[in-house]
Amino acid sequence: MPDQAELARFEQAVLPHLNAAYNLARWLTGNEHDAEDIVQESYLRALKFFAGFRGENSRPWLLAIVRNTCYTWRQRNRVSELSTELDEEIHGIDSGSASPETILLASAQGEAVQRALEQLPVEYREAVVLREMEGMSYREIADVAGIPVGTVMSRLARARGRLQQLLRSERPREATA
Amino acid sequence: MSCHETQELIHGYVDGELDLVRNLEMERHLRECPACAGVHDTFRALRSATSNGSLYFQAPTRLEQRVRKTLQQTAGLERRMHPIPIYRWATIAAVLVLSIATTWRFAVRREQPAAAELLAQEVVASHVRSLMASHLTDVPSSDRHTVKPWFNGKLDFSPTVEDFASRGFNLLGGRLDYLNNRAVAALVYRRRQHLLNVLIWPSREQSDEAMQSMERQGYHLVHWRKSHMTVWVVSDLNPQELGQFAELLQRGQ
Repeated sequence: MPDQAELARFEQAVLPHLNAAYNLARWLTGNEHDAEDIVQESYLRALKFFAGFRGENSRPWLLAIVRNTCYTWRQRNRVSELSTELDEEIHGIDSGSASPETILLASAQGEAVQRALEQLPVEYREAVVLREMEGMSYREIADVAGIPVGTVMSRLARARGRLQQLLRSERPREATA
Repeated sequence: MSCHETQELIHGYVDGELDLVRNLEMERHLRECPACAGVHDTFRALRSATSNGSLYFQAPTRLEQRVRKTLQQTAGLERRMHPIPIYRWATIAAVLVLSIATTWRFAVRREQPAAAELLAQEVVASHVRSLMASHLTDVPSSDRHTVKPWFNGKLDFSPTVEDFASRGFNLLGGRLDYLNNRAVAALVYRRRQHLLNVLIWPSREQSDEAMQSMERQGYHLVHWRKSHMTVWVVSDLNPQELGQFAELLQRGQ
């Protein structure tokens, strides 16, 4: 049903978020080819739903569609990595040690951080991508991922604990290389 | 705040998602506890390592072209599949004209009360927003000599800032807000557990306007105009004490 005027309105509101859509899809699929397909499919779905969109901030709205498209894609392609370890309880988070070494590790270089982030369970990874790269609030992340705000915080907590462990174990490998 | 609580809330703190009270408690604890401060430093460093932009995948330029093309095709295709017949266009036009005419009449007739109501809604929204996010204050300080100069250069007027701590209304700080299509000064006070937002901006009206109170969505509002300044006070505090506060504030100005 979208006509040219509607399409123009859609493009103006939603196309500026193309980078955000691609970045999320790229992190959730792990490769550029599928990420591009997913972004294209997401925009088509978004156009279909656009008439019903009443909010003023189209970025979380679009990213929710991208996310769902990614998860459908993952199911279809049987990508079933480690959702099993997910534990939404906030207790028992590894709060890490506070030595200067960990601080050094935490500010580790891009490649090491990227490898660590790729190893996270997808639910943690998306929380980090939305929070750190898109600068979204817990409320917005909750909307995109369809989870309660409290869960956003516990996922970020677990994600960061895990990242820290991974970066710490990364260190000796780099040193010997 | 204990170390245990600190560990549970540290991510909310690092992300700027705590409410004002817990934020202040957290700050105090981190000043006093080197162990928790160390954990805090680690997570802050981790944040900056993941948010510095080096991990962001930029969409290739061909993707935008590809998406635009697909959208165009879809819109074009669907238009061809569902052509709107001429007589339908006439109906649509008639409905449009009618609804514009009706809206116009209502808009003109109700402009005055609608404007005041809209402003009250904006004030309540500003208050609620300030409580929800961790954005109660831009300049958290109980010292009016810190808060007042902070507004310099950020606003085209200088609001009067007074502390009424001796009367039980503690100044918590100030922030910039946007209301009534302009930047306004917001001062935040606390009475026991209740937060009060005072919103101030210069008025174009010459005459003063007496204090008026109202209630919206469970919040109490008081507003007046004096010496070319419009002042709105909003809080969940009871109307009596809010009235006292408004009196103090008005006398101060």
